[in-house]
Amino acid sequence: MIDKNAVGKTGVPFSLEVERGKIHEFARATHARHADYFSEQPIAPPTFLTTMFFWEAYVEGANPWHFVQMDQKRGMHAEQEYTFHGPPPCAGTRLTCQSRITEIYEKAGKRGGLLTFAVMVTEFRDQSGQLVAEARMTGVETARPPSEP
Amino acid sequence: MTPKWDEIESGNEPPPLVIGPVTRTDFVRYQGASGDMNPIHHDEEFARAAGYQAPLAVGMFQAGVLNSWATHWLGPANVRRSRVRWKEQVWPGDVLTCSGKVVRKYEESGERRVDLELSCTRQTGGLAVQGWMTFVVP
Repeated sequence: MIDKNAVGKTGVPFSLEVERGKIHEFARATHARHADYFSEQPIAPPTFLTTMFFWEAYVEGANPWHFVQMDQKRGMHAEQEYTFHGPPPCAGTRLTCQSRITEIYEKAGKRGGLLTFAVMVTEFRDQSGQLVAEARMTGVETARPPSEP
Repeated sequence: MTPKWDEIESGNEPPPLVIGPVTRTDFVRYQGASGDMNPIHHDEEFARAAGYQAPLAVGMFQAGVLNSWATHWLGPANVRRSRVRWKEQVWPGDVLTCSGKVVRKYEESGERRVDLELSCTRQTGGLAVQGWMTFVVP
């Protein structure tokens, strides 16, 4: 059951190093073929910042998502968005990241039953403090498990 | 070669990308790359116990494939926005088709931009991922 009091909960900042080998690995895993992903200083693919989950795992309190208390059996990733305020970061960039629960709202499902959505926004800043990118993750909790017809 | 401003028009559609049949190995490789090790995407017993017929694909895998296809056309450095919405699950054995088109060509904040609408569909015709991207065009 989603807890609406989670809105505003903010995680502890953590660092993410955009690494060359990790970009190669990620690009290959997403069937990317562009040479800019496999160069000496490759560019991060559009959804690469999802690898932030590796980095926040080492910082206690970095991920505020647990405050949402989404039921794992009825929870799903509904939407994901990345915004870049310039070219996506390239290998060698060190980003400071911070996540916050920004929204929780309800909608009626198509086949009846209430859908509850929760949104977490993560900001990525470079060493000068400039906002480089934002990630917006939307999770949904359905009235019944998605594996049931 | 990345197309130039005067080579792009609203309605342009690059040739679609067809991949697959996708396998559990595709899912596992993506899980290792992304750090999402949820067993529902690779552990047969775990997936069945959760009520699924097989391990289902990580949604971010097909979203990533769709985004990689679009950046191959318009250039990795030119991406400014990517948004995806998941519609239908993807299963081992599925053949995925990534396609999309330019829906808007405009100038904003001194930059030339295009908006794309994208889709990743299964061999059944079912829509797995809906996507929207914005690119700058040099």
